[in-house]
Amino acid sequence: MPFKRYVEIGRVALVNYGKDYGKLVVIVDVVDQNRALVDAPDMVRGQMNFKRLTLTDITIDIPRVPKKKTLIEAMEKADVKNKWESSSWGRKLVVQKRRASLNDFDRFKLMLAKIKRSGVIKQELTKLKKENASSI
Amino acid sequence: MAAKRKTPVKTRNPDLIRGVGKYSRSKMYHKRGLWAIKAKNGGAFPRHDPKPKAPAAAEKPPKFYPAEDVKKPLLNKRKPKPTKLRASITPGTVLILLAGRFMGKRVVFLKQLTSGLLLVTGPFKINGVPLRRVNQSYVIATSTKVDISGVNVDKFDDKYFAKEVEKRKKKTEGEFFEAEKEDKKKLPEDKKEDQKAVDASLIKSIEGVPELKAYLAARFSLKSGMKPHELVF
Repeated sequence: MPFKRYVEIGRVALVNYGKDYGKLVVIVDVVDQNRALVDAPDMVRGQMNFKRLTLTDITIDIPRVPKKKTLIEAMEKADVKNKWESSSWGRKLVVQKRRASLNDFDRFKLMLAKIKRSGVIKQELTKLKKENASSI
Repeated sequence: MAAKRKTPVKTRNPDLIRGVGKYSRSKMYHKRGLWAIKAKNGGAFPRHDPKPKAPAAAEKPPKFYPAEDVKKPLLNKRKPKPTKLRASITPGTVLILLAGRFMGKRVVFLKQLTSGLLLVTGPFKINGVPLRRVNQSYVIATSTKVDISGVNVDKFDDKYFAKEVEKRKKKTEGEFFEAEKEDKKKLPEDKKEDQKAVDASLIKSIEGVPELKAYLAARFSLKSGMKPHELVF
């Protein structure tokens, strides 16, 4: 299985460890075999080990080590934010965050809603089963 | 000894440096007004002779002297501080009881009593928990709050919950062999009335929030996959 996502200048990555956990950053240069220079609109440009990054599918078109202004313009042009939020990975992260922040009362209401929904589904299913059985 | 003053005396002689006052002895004599007190009392400082003490009752020699001198334990003047209430617990908070007969029940917090215990009610009609005292350590505070403004809890304090003292009857010989008759203790009517009064307005505000009544009626339990240290209450 060949690799699909490569480390390159302009690759958008998700930080999965450390102080900036959960942030989207752009690889702007490669330091050596293990580290990259990484930048984001709201952080100071700094080095990060590749082990702390998970590559995404998104890339942007930037020269090596761009100025912050150019970086932000390039991110706007490639529409990184919307692409991320509409991707299934991005949406899953939002759902996970929402589930983790549920309060005890919310979890109770969620349980009631799940039971209600499955009740409706089961009703439909039994109806369809009966129709099928009667037609055979 | 002279009578103790309620506030400590503020010295009229400010320090220039530690150990050196601003005013000399003669100046201080004048400042304190000792000359005025003497003038008022005819040239001499007023003396209060010690009041004649009533003769002390004759002490009987003790019946028993221990073989060796017994050490007296040191005096303990420690006063325990009033229990600090967690910031997450405010009147109207829904609490989860963690131990005892009502383990897992979700109840409404009313107020903290002077002993430090929390006054809590089910409400009784919803989950069977009466007006009850509960220790803060055996409780999880959730972030759900109930509107408690219509409830008057002033009459409840620790004395309300004290056990009733029973008088022990002396048994005659015949009665010793009879099995002790135990009649079930009935809850006095006024306590039932108090419960109803507190719960009336509470239940109204609970029914105002959708599904809150069913929430309070259900018990809390840890299910598979729930990690208490990661749960937000």
